[in-house]
Amino acid sequence: MSISIEKGLGIHPHALLARERRAEILASNIVNADTPGYKARDLDFRAALQNAQNRQDFTLERSHSQHYSVTLRGQGDEKFRVPNQPDTGDGNTVDVQVERNLYLRNAMEYQASLAFLNSRISGMNKALTGR
Amino acid sequence: MSLYSVMDIAGSAMSAQNVRLNTTASNLANANSVASSAGETYKARHPVFAPQLQQALQGGPGQSSMRQSGAVGVQVLGIVESDKPLVMEYAPNHPMADENGYIYKPNVNAMEEMANMMSASRSYQTNVQLADTTKQLLSRTLRMGQQS
Repeated sequence: MSISIEKGLGIHPHALLARERRAEILASNIVNADTPGYKARDLDFRAALQNAQNRQDFTLERSHSQHYSVTLRGQGDEKFRVPNQPDTGDGNTVDVQVERNLYLRNAMEYQASLAFLNSRISGMNKALTGR
Repeated sequence: MSLYSVMDIAGSAMSAQNVRLNTTASNLANANSVASSAGETYKARHPVFAPQLQQALQGGPGQSSMRQSGAVGVQVLGIVESDKPLVMEYAPNHPMADENGYIYKPNVNAMEEMANMMSASRSYQTNVQLADTTKQLLSRTLRMGQQS
């Protein structure tokens, strides 16, 4: 019987990646809180997790240096947020308080995933060393 | 790793808010700079923020992870001078008065600038907090698997 480390770690590495992406998106919301016309976005976590597990990446071929390099990382998991306040005067839909709380919560969830991962690793370590 | 790009994003916002604080300081400092013609008078300056879409599309290797996920930082597109009317004041005894006895004062609204300054410094604080939280997450990730 062979030990598969990937199976041993379970879903947690994928969850970590999805949470990392969500952190990035929430960060760009917070950062663009004063940018006119910016629309707040968020990640559909279920779809993001599925995409992370299936690793569906599409990269467009570049045959010229001026072509855009485009990589589509799974599709349909990034959505625009429905704003609480319909019109802020400059077309910006970011609510900083909401985004900050979501960012902190996401950070906590990230740490939870890390803790799960750590316990999996120490479990495998125990199995390997027998102590 | 995309957490590093959160650092980039927060950094871009910190420098943008810095520009905003700078222009506010300049506006407040020059709020009472009197001139003798409309052309020479100081006009209130404001930065224009925009998402870093262009860099996100063309970006070098540093921005590659940012490019992939569509997360964008913020940049200052430019600084515009306010076109609100200047304040003309009749003060024939003022040394800067023109031949009709008028002096020109900048169109800086001190209240507006103060509010702008608070908003900019709050945003700056939020971004610092963002970078701080991300730093914690990163250092924990780097210590992953080392038994604590």
